[in-house]
Amino acid sequence: MPGQIQESALTRIPRPRESAFALGLRRILRAPSSRVALAILATIVLIGLLAPFISPYDPAAQPDVVALKSLAPSLAHPFGTDPYSRDVLSRVIYGARLSLAIGLLSTLVSLTLGVAYGAIAGYAGGVADAFMMRVLDAFLAIPRLLLLLGILVAWPQLSIGALILFLGLTGWFGLSRIVRGQVLALKHAEFVTAAQALGASRRRILVRHLLPNLISPIVVAATVGVAHVIVLEAGLSYLGIGVPQPLASWGNIIQDGADQVAALWWMSLFPGLFMVLTVMTLNILGEALRDAHDRR
Amino acid sequence: MLPYFARRLAQAAVIVAFVAAISFALIHLAPGDPFSAVMDNPNVSESVRQTLRAQYGLDKPLPEQFARYVGSLARGDLGWSFSHDRPVLDVLATALPNTLLLMGVALVGSFSLGILVALIQVARRGSATDHALSGVTLLLFSMPEFWFAILALLAFTYWLPIFPVGGAVDAVMHDYMGLGARIGDRLRHLTLPALTLTVLAAGGVARYQRAALLEVLPADYIRTARLKGLTEREILRRHALRNALLPTISLIGLSFPALLTGAFFIEKIFAWPGMGLAVVSAISSRDYPLVVGGVIIGSIMVTLGSLIADVLYAWADPRIRAH
Repeated sequence: MPGQIQESALTRIPRPRESAFALGLRRILRAPSSRVALAILATIVLIGLLAPFISPYDPAAQPDVVALKSLAPSLAHPFGTDPYSRDVLSRVIYGARLSLAIGLLSTLVSLTLGVAYGAIAGYAGGVADAFMMRVLDAFLAIPRLLLLLGILVAWPQLSIGALILFLGLTGWFGLSRIVRGQVLALKHAEFVTAAQALGASRRRILVRHLLPNLISPIVVAATVGVAHVIVLEAGLSYLGIGVPQPLASWGNIIQDGADQVAALWWMSLFPGLFMVLTVMTLNILGEALRDAHDRR
Repeated sequence: MLPYFARRLAQAAVIVAFVAAISFALIHLAPGDPFSAVMDNPNVSESVRQTLRAQYGLDKPLPEQFARYVGSLARGDLGWSFSHDRPVLDVLATALPNTLLLMGVALVGSFSLGILVALIQVARRGSATDHALSGVTLLLFSMPEFWFAILALLAFTYWLPIFPVGGAVDAVMHDYMGLGARIGDRLRHLTLPALTLTVLAAGGVARYQRAALLEVLPADYIRTARLKGLTEREILRRHALRNALLPTISLIGLSFPALLTGAFFIEKIFAWPGMGLAVVSAISSRDYPLVVGGVIIGSIMVTLGSLIADVLYAWADPRIRAH
């Protein structure tokens, strides 16, 4: 009966196929907390993207270093001015752009490295895997901030690109352990055996069959990773070895007011609030993503 | 237990050896000399530079330099700190007790506080209290350490001056105090930095512990306890918490890097004379040997921390030892 077959085939598909991404997004947005978080994060991203159009002043302009320096918040300068008479609100807005860009780009670097290293170690197995894991143990034993201190002190006056690279180079150890574990677990799954039986190369199995199964942990690691980098970059800038002056990053602004914290409280308070909001929303979304993955 | 301990100790030794290799690579990947602060000084003549290079073995081939480096590390020689004009190990060793005191107080404090908060949350799970506390712990977990410390400094030494601004003791009066007053002075200076680090670290502990507690609650033995007629409080304390504490032991080891990083910033902001302050001050004076020394000692502390946590875990949970 051709008609019957058609009907049962139709009933087996309950809903038009949804991409994994759309499905994940719908699951995450079910919770009100993640909706709020996403809205806040989108606003901050928008502020960063539109920085040239919405910032009231030029973030680098020093209009009057005598009369306009270190002004407390007022209507003309809602976040006050810094000791160089620059408008702190404009610098915080441009800081959003820089801090988010650094977070994203260096996370891209660490994702690439972490996935490659973990997948190779897990797929290779044996002595190579054991050696690679011991190296990883050592890197994990060095607190990331300390490792970065050791690198950045040796290279004073680093460019922003190099800073991004080093932030990325020091951020992949945890992810690569997760990826390796997943690859190890999936290596002998039936679909991999099937691909092997069909004559797929090791490279093809790794890229086409194993990596797509790792998307969820990678997305979670990326979300939380951006948050980590934003905090790290700010900390390093605060210590004077992060983003080169006079560029405005949230950490740099705090650093500019650091030797007069009590007198220039607005210079620590406002960039910090933006930073906490960004990091917190990223963490909320990261957690929501993890939960959505676990429920599957 | 002993074979497990020996195996874990050997692992830790391998990690420290790799850390030494990484720090050597750090030094040699850097442009110029590891002590360019001296070398770049135009007042230092070329002949002095040559002598310094020879003294430090920088004219030797790389493998030989590495062998010398490992040899001196093994003897506890971390090089010479230019800004202090003392051996690096000496500088760090005098500062270490202060850092250990700060971290120790914060470790005990943050785990006690974190577990307590998690218990309160789970006892009233789903309530407004639970949600509010979840928000607070997430906020603390997301907090950049240095910014939180700056806020704490602003709030409790300037706006509401109940604590001294910085240092480990009163710079002027401490030497003239009697024993009791000295202890009081030290406690007064310790309280705010230690409290700041404690509260910061407690956020993560509470979130972890809450999740661990919620994970054991559906277990059969909890239902049995409930059927026996135990009160919810008793179930939480005697049955759920005991099992949910196991993963928390391994969290002790995992929390060391964050605790150390937090201590670095807090020492700088509260002028607490520990290892962090020494290393952070070495940044501006470009005292490279001191920074790398800090990296090595910090990594050894983290390795030892996770070793201790693992051994504690194996002692508490015999299933681990078999693996």
